[in-house]
Amino acid sequence: MTTITADGHIDDHAHDADHKPAFFQRWFMSTNHKDIGTLYLIFAIVAGIIGGGISGLMRLELAEPGIQYLQAWASMSNGSEASMDQAYHLWNVLITAHGLIMVFFMVMPAMIGGFGNWFVPLMIGAPDMAFPRMNNVSFWLLVPALLLLLGSSFVPGGTGNGAGTGWTVYAPLSTSGSIGPAVDMAILSLHLAGASSILGAINFITTIFNMRAPGMTLHKMPLFVWSVLVTAFLLLLALPVLAAAITMLLTDRNFGTTFYDAAGGGDPVLYQHLFWFFGHPEVYIMILPGFGMVSHIISTFSRKPIFGYLGMAYAMVAIGVVGFVVWAHHMFTTGMSVNVKMYFTAATMVIAVPTGIKIFSWIATMWGGSMTFKTPMMWALGFIFMFTVGGVTGVVLANGGIDDNLHDTYYVVAHFHYVLSLGAVFSIFAGFYYWFPKMSGRMYNELLGQLHFWIFFIGVNILFFPQHFLGQQGMPRRYADYPEQFAYWNQISSLGYAVMLVGVLIFFVNIAYSMFAGRKAEGNYWGEGATTLEWTLSSPPPFHQFETLPQIK
Amino acid sequence: MTHFLKAWILAIGLILTPAALSAQEALPEAPVVNPAAASELEAADVPAAAEAPASGLDPALYTPMKPTPGIGMPVDGGIDFQQQFSETGETAHWINNAILVPMMVGVSLLVLFLLFWVVFRFRRGANPEPSKTTHNTFIEIIWTVIPVLILVVIAVPSISLLARQFEPAPEEALTVKVTGYQWYWGYSYPDNGDFEVISNMLPADEAEARGEPYQLAADNRMVIPVGKPVKLLITAADVIHSFAIPSAWFKLDAVPGRINEKVLQIDREGVYYGQCSELCGARHGFMPITVEVLSEEKFNNWVRANGGTVKGEAEEPVVTEAAANDATSETAPADAAAATN
Repeated sequence: MTTITADGHIDDHAHDADHKPAFFQRWFMSTNHKDIGTLYLIFAIVAGIIGGGISGLMRLELAEPGIQYLQAWASMSNGSEASMDQAYHLWNVLITAHGLIMVFFMVMPAMIGGFGNWFVPLMIGAPDMAFPRMNNVSFWLLVPALLLLLGSSFVPGGTGNGAGTGWTVYAPLSTSGSIGPAVDMAILSLHLAGASSILGAINFITTIFNMRAPGMTLHKMPLFVWSVLVTAFLLLLALPVLAAAITMLLTDRNFGTTFYDAAGGGDPVLYQHLFWFFGHPEVYIMILPGFGMVSHIISTFSRKPIFGYLGMAYAMVAIGVVGFVVWAHHMFTTGMSVNVKMYFTAATMVIAVPTGIKIFSWIATMWGGSMTFKTPMMWALGFIFMFTVGGVTGVVLANGGIDDNLHDTYYVVAHFHYVLSLGAVFSIFAGFYYWFPKMSGRMYNELLGQLHFWIFFIGVNILFFPQHFLGQQGMPRRYADYPEQFAYWNQISSLGYAVMLVGVLIFFVNIAYSMFAGRKAEGNYWGEGATTLEWTLSSPPPFHQFETLPQIK
Repeated sequence: MTHFLKAWILAIGLILTPAALSAQEALPEAPVVNPAAASELEAADVPAAAEAPASGLDPALYTPMKPTPGIGMPVDGGIDFQQQFSETGETAHWINNAILVPMMVGVSLLVLFLLFWVVFRFRRGANPEPSKTTHNTFIEIIWTVIPVLILVVIAVPSISLLARQFEPAPEEALTVKVTGYQWYWGYSYPDNGDFEVISNMLPADEAEARGEPYQLAADNRMVIPVGKPVKLLITAADVIHSFAIPSAWFKLDAVPGRINEKVLQIDREGVYYGQCSELCGARHGFMPITVEVLSEEKFNNWVRANGGTVKGEAEEPVVTEAAANDATSETAPADAAAATN
């Protein structure tokens, strides 16, 4: 991971005005969008290792019915023999940490902080972000946020150590149900991560609206920039709602308010409405930048401009807008009235239309193209298919009447891992291979990249596809143990994790290999298909680029 | 590579490192039975344990039914939904298998086929000169309109299913109040003298002894009459739980401070299992739901065995002995008094 940091020195060559600050100033007080982007990517990789490691622990425990490891792990964490209840509580801590880390500290920092910071200024022909210092604050708020969350695992949180509330932190389990500082720490962690994202969103919106190169109208803007713009608006509108919701959690917990306590005139379901008003846009926040990246990659490797550019851009806007009025499909079983349930069923299904437009436009971009199948393209193709599979199960879950049986089962787990673990993460890998040589100046190893893709692709499908079956059979989510009837598919699923893990190891081997032995990358190493502004620069780009603004015709 | 290994070890270490610093509060053991029932239990404990059948109820009136393997519970390696035993459940199952699954398979295969086709037909070897086409209004309209039509086809039965799931129970329907506790269920029968049945998970050995699936079986079951709409009033006492019966396509959250209402009707006598479906703390996975569906007559006997009153019958002193011997299900004090009159 630090290898990426070290690599920053490779770009020492050739640029007269390329004066870089000394190490501490450069990496800890940075105002350079590329360096901050690199920091975000390193952070996301570290968080991804932790979050992925936690899912490994979970799949290990779930591989067989019965509790095999939890009690030992809880005892290790306690320093004394843990009770079964503490072991079960540890399970809830693991699922909570996995969810929060992957959402707030892996996917979002990688996509928005990492690729967004790196490539939005490059693609719009700007020298840097609009507020470089605020950019640095955004990143450094994430570090204490992650530390608070990890630290919460070691302080009491009710039945055992750590916050065992699920990433949704539903009241009253998170208020009266979790005594001890762990949940407070987790809430503060979310506050910090949220503040970081709001600052980042303001920065992106200002940058994109004010710092485009002369001639680059909104309708000439690359789709990745469009995707980050829409994402930034979602962040700006959704995160304050989360902040309000969890602040009320804090006051309910510590200062005797009763926002979510029926005994004092409050309502536990209010929390769910507030949470999901944030939470649903959040899932689009995690996928939209991926849409943008995949568009560029498909276009580059088909050597063909994007099909239906305006439709693609406004499909993202539409997804963003509709994403704000569908939140209660996460709450179909909370006891809402029939009319509300019908509305949210219909509204949710509407999202399938702009999503379909995007899928078919990607295919139409390839249609008539002259395709090559380098690693980033493989990830992008994998993304299209896996996101489709995740999308169609989403249409099933959108039906309130059908969801009654599937709600909170492994079917839902399978669905959102298909759109996130196989959707968002595939697009992150696609973007990583696509731009890694641009960022580091060195090509990755194509063979290792292809191996990584195929092994990971097979692994995650073995891992997540059987979970549809478990869900249809009725296995609930967030269970440390399960009846024997669920054993078969759980075992297969855990096997899939092991396969996936091999793929991830190859990824890290590839990074290490490329850092030390990768061939030097030229400015536009993908050739004529790559047409956006970052390909007009060297790899890596100079420390300060576009001192003379490019003209867009 | 070494960096990666280090970080990996560090990550696992972070999760696992003993945190001796944190003083762990002693855990209160979760109540195995309702505390209110404890005193009643003590008195009846010894004789009941000596001769009572598994249920602790008068065997002349009620013996727990054996579950049918594969019915009302998941099956080994199963991939479909559980077999449905309610009308709305059958409709929902049909909508899924006849409309939604073909839609999913169709769309996925279409996309997969198109991907394979472009990969084959438009690879650089087969098509060295890319076209410059970027627009085709007609095809864009097609791929907007067709998904809309597909969604309409899905929405019509789906919305009517919703309407049916929300049909209110008839006036005379039996009411059962379901309360979620950390970590067990309580079922009370306000139409039958308001006795409450406390339902805890059976430990593995007892479940096996009774021939029931572990983690699905409960010591005392919620019992309802067959083929009739039953009005469930669902709430919780501490945190949110969720009452679910997969084989009846039924799931509704138990929210403290709210009473959610929904009709449950199961059309076949038998035992049906479910599990708590909203994260509710440490033993979330260990508070199963067991529903036994009986004929009206057997149901009435079960009510009597619990010391309750059968609707429509006069408040006559029924089965005094059964109520007194009642070991594990408790009787609300008022009813106990009425029954021993």
